[in-house]
Amino acid sequence: MELWEGVVEAVRMVARADPYLRDVALRTLLVSGSATLLAMAVGVPLGYLLARARFPGRTVVLTAVHTGMGLPPVIAGLVIFLLFVRSGPFGGLGLIYTPQAMVIAQFVIALPMVVGFTAAAVASLPVEFSELLAMLGAGPLRTMWLTVREARLGLLAAVMAGFGAVISEVGASMTVGGNLAGSTRVLTTAIVLEASRGEHARAIALGVILLALALAVNFILTSFQQRRGA
Amino acid sequence: MPKAIIGAASLVLAAVLVAPACGGDERSIILATTTSVQDSGLLDVLVPAFEERSGYEVKVIAVGSGAALAMAERGDADAVFVHSPAAEQRLVDAGHLVEGALVMANDFVIVGPAADPAGVGEATSLADALRRIASTGPFVSRGDESGTHAKELELWRTAGIDPGEVRLREETGQGMGATLNVANEKRAYTLTDRATFLVLRDELDLEVLFAGDPALANPYHAYVVNPDRHPKVRAEGAREFVRFLTSAEAQRLIGEFGKERFGSPLFRPAGLATGR
Repeated sequence: MELWEGVVEAVRMVARADPYLRDVALRTLLVSGSATLLAMAVGVPLGYLLARARFPGRTVVLTAVHTGMGLPPVIAGLVIFLLFVRSGPFGGLGLIYTPQAMVIAQFVIALPMVVGFTAAAVASLPVEFSELLAMLGAGPLRTMWLTVREARLGLLAAVMAGFGAVISEVGASMTVGGNLAGSTRVLTTAIVLEASRGEHARAIALGVILLALALAVNFILTSFQQRRGA
Repeated sequence: MPKAIIGAASLVLAAVLVAPACGGDERSIILATTTSVQDSGLLDVLVPAFEERSGYEVKVIAVGSGAALAMAERGDADAVFVHSPAAEQRLVDAGHLVEGALVMANDFVIVGPAADPAGVGEATSLADALRRIASTGPFVSRGDESGTHAKELELWRTAGIDPGEVRLREETGQGMGATLNVANEKRAYTLTDRATFLVLRDELDLEVLFAGDPALANPYHAYVVNPDRHPKVRAEGAREFVRFLTSAEAQRLIGEFGKERFGSPLFRPAGLATGR
């Protein structure tokens, strides 16, 4: 049974610290981690503004963000590909088939998640909270900072949703990264390759390792959330 | 926490924006190629040998031959290594591909379930085999504009059969490995290159039912994308790669590839291969 063989193979690969596996797993964490951090840096202020600011078309923007949370990664990947491919408008940057291009594509995928979850978390705090801060003399930036701090439980949900989306996606990484061994091969694209080579046990093994990584990251974030939330 | 996030994120952003300056180095080329040479593992042997010898880094983008040629047509690749002779000739005529060389060949085979309900194994000619499949089915097609898909359509046309009339013909739109798996599950016939079939044979209950017709020859050519048409092409490296593929060293690697694992070589090097 190849499923069982896959699990055994996963344990074996981890046990012997397989250099290929270490390389691919580290790159997966680096690419998806960077993309998630970038999405947080841009998405948290945006989410806050969407929750607190009142402007015409706000509902339209929110709807767009919520739709973006369901954006098929392969479409995000194709758009980034067409922008950065050699014959595309930004082809001169030489970014296509690099880990940087993958970070950009995954950033685009994670951003709506982070914005959406942040907006929801901030909106769940009473408006009076921010008004009180303003009354106490906090400037707009300080108000945002303190409000977002107060909404940190929701923010952790935003990190986990964004990270979960990008570490598990394969379409965009394949299109913009090219699945190059030693430079843009991450766990998901390696799984696709092994599966198409008929190496089903190895593919399952890499899948087990991907899940274990996601589990570890989420465990750390969740314990952080529980500790701070208590 | 957010301050730390913003700090880390700006570092990452800086890295993202600065790195390409070093990443777009001149000593790397993009090779657009077909899935069969990647899925079979052949490129895992050839590319490291070339990289070590030349100092170039090869970025292998394995897509179908159709997609690989489309990349060449836009100048998004420096070299191509494909098996779709008619489509290749069109790009050569249009001036997108230059300095082509025959690298190796194998053949296409018709595979199907051992029970062989259409009696393809008893066919007296290729046209007879195709007619038997067309009237019985099911047949699984790549449907992805790949070299194998182009060959399949050409075979139906030559036999005077409209592909739309083939009984229970379905298109997967996927690579050869995935398509063989679909054919296996559906107990269907399909057309495959011999290399991918040999690699996956242990996973499949399919058998080779028809082979050997000259029309089933499967030549692989390599080309340089024309730098006169596409100024960004790194022709130097591409030229060196194509030259390497036809060198004695690469031809020896191709001739030995797969012998140990599959019992017979998967590709015949051009020295021994029959041409188009």
